[in-house]
Amino acid sequence: MNPNYLDFEQPIADLEAKIDALRMVGNDNDLNISDEIIKLQNKNLALTSRIFATLTPAQISQVARHPQRPYMLDYIAVIFDEFDELHGDRHYGDDRAIVGGIARLADQPVMVIGHQKGRSVKEKVARNFGMSRPEGYRKACRLMEMAERFHIPIMTFIDTPGAYPGIDAEERGQSEAIAWNLAVMSRLKVPIIATVIGEGGSGGALAIGVCDHLNMLQYSTYSVISPEGCASILWKNAAYAADAANAMGITAPRLLELGLVDQVLQEPLGGAHRDPVLMANTLKSSLVESLQNLLQYATSDLVQSRYQRLMAFGLNS
Amino acid sequence: MSSWLDKIVPSRIMPNLVNKRHSSIPEGLWKKCPKCSAVLYRPDLEKNLDVCMKCNHHMRISARRRLEIFLDKENQTELATEVVPVDRLKFRDLKKYKDRLVSAQKATEEKDALIAINGRIMDLPVVAMAFEFNFLGGSMGSVVGERFIQACKVCLEERIPLVCFSASGGARMQEALISLFQMAKTSAALEKLKQAGIPYISYLTDPVYGGVSASLAMLGDINIAEPGARMGFAGPRVIEQTVRETLPEGFQRSEFLLNHGAIDMITPRKDMREVTNRLLTSLNAANMAKDI
Repeated sequence: MNPNYLDFEQPIADLEAKIDALRMVGNDNDLNISDEIIKLQNKNLALTSRIFATLTPAQISQVARHPQRPYMLDYIAVIFDEFDELHGDRHYGDDRAIVGGIARLADQPVMVIGHQKGRSVKEKVARNFGMSRPEGYRKACRLMEMAERFHIPIMTFIDTPGAYPGIDAEERGQSEAIAWNLAVMSRLKVPIIATVIGEGGSGGALAIGVCDHLNMLQYSTYSVISPEGCASILWKNAAYAADAANAMGITAPRLLELGLVDQVLQEPLGGAHRDPVLMANTLKSSLVESLQNLLQYATSDLVQSRYQRLMAFGLNS
Repeated sequence: MSSWLDKIVPSRIMPNLVNKRHSSIPEGLWKKCPKCSAVLYRPDLEKNLDVCMKCNHHMRISARRRLEIFLDKENQTELATEVVPVDRLKFRDLKKYKDRLVSAQKATEEKDALIAINGRIMDLPVVAMAFEFNFLGGSMGSVVGERFIQACKVCLEERIPLVCFSASGGARMQEALISLFQMAKTSAALEKLKQAGIPYISYLTDPVYGGVSASLAMLGDINIAEPGARMGFAGPRVIEQTVRETLPEGFQRSEFLLNHGAIDMITPRKDMREVTNRLLTSLNAANMAKDI
């Protein structure tokens, strides 16, 4: 089994291995097997679209956490022209589970903030698997208030299993740090666009997720608790995670239907990790468009309509 | 319950005697303190606001009782009673959410986990809210969020302070993302009060966790905890499983919260009326001076 493929992706992995093997043979010989390769590639496309057309919510939550899924910094490199990372909460430390800084989108300066999970084992540990402690949220808050002072729009990228449940995090006020961000973001006088790029885990996601426009990538998830957590509480058994994922409606299309999300961005065939650059460009054009739209509003209208939007949650959705 | 009788009455006649005694005593005249196990005479306990006379343990009380002992008897208007729960997701785990709602409503005689009353405290007008922990663990769904912001609106319109007693396990899972967004909704309403200079006192009563602690409960101008109350983002079990360490003694209890700067003070139940009135009078006075 190829560890870079999920269980339901294994048929795709097998086929791709076959294509690679044929290519090797083709390089060694004068035999013309390109027809055969094209045939197999078409078969692969058909197979991938068949598998991905019928993904269950539980499978989608696996794609959202795929080991090869692009992370925030992968997108930043493609979407923005410049990026200067800014560190630290000015009180305690610099939480590397959240990255923030000033970037340029086309010619527009923007404040970019997001969770970063880490790719290698070492980096995963350094970034605490994208689970922030209070100083991460406080850094985000500091940067967002700076953005407001300088009239710079804010773009956030959500990809976290949740806020870190640790002794130190509790001692330093994890709850307060999250609550504070929710309150501050509700009144910031600049446009805020949030995008769930992978896993939108609970309060740790929402802490940088209050916004004027909420995007979700097609195979990202957003939920109040992980399917495993929900299952272990309500079903008394984490093995019911698939049922919990179904019941909670954690997928982008379902949340769009419920009116909780504004836009779902289509992913490349087989998921964002199959073509990160294409995904980044789709995201980029969406961000440019949403920003242009939001910049038309007068500040007071923007803040007022964000407030109305927040007050409507739960009423008609 | 073991008493001096157990020791002097021969064991073979005990069973009958115990049964007889049981049936002759009205149900619930006595209550055992969950902390020190002292058996307390209920009328005395009630007079003592459900605080154990022996060990000062502050027992959990219902939202109704909480506001009954907190507010003046007169001039009470309950707010947002027309907001009642709807199962939008048709959520079903081992039971249907709809059925869970019905049994919670029967057990608590409340429609949902938050009640809000526009009243007075020692003649000072306030809007006071309390979470009903026995209603699905005091979880915050769309009704809690909506009632909360409607109460905030009354505070804004009438320029009166807000007091909220939290007791909650967090967001209501059966309302999924809708419940998560109630955190943003309630926090935004509180930010409005803040900008308008309307005081908000947040009382933490055992227990306050998850989505409620990470929103409305920690946003008070003044945060006050009841003695021994636990508050945190993640529950002790989740933390223990994550860090694989035994948690320190008193972790997340009021005293811990005070030492770590999360709350302003710990206030016994019997002093809450007075403390609240005193604080709000000062904050209001300053507020009015600013208006002039």
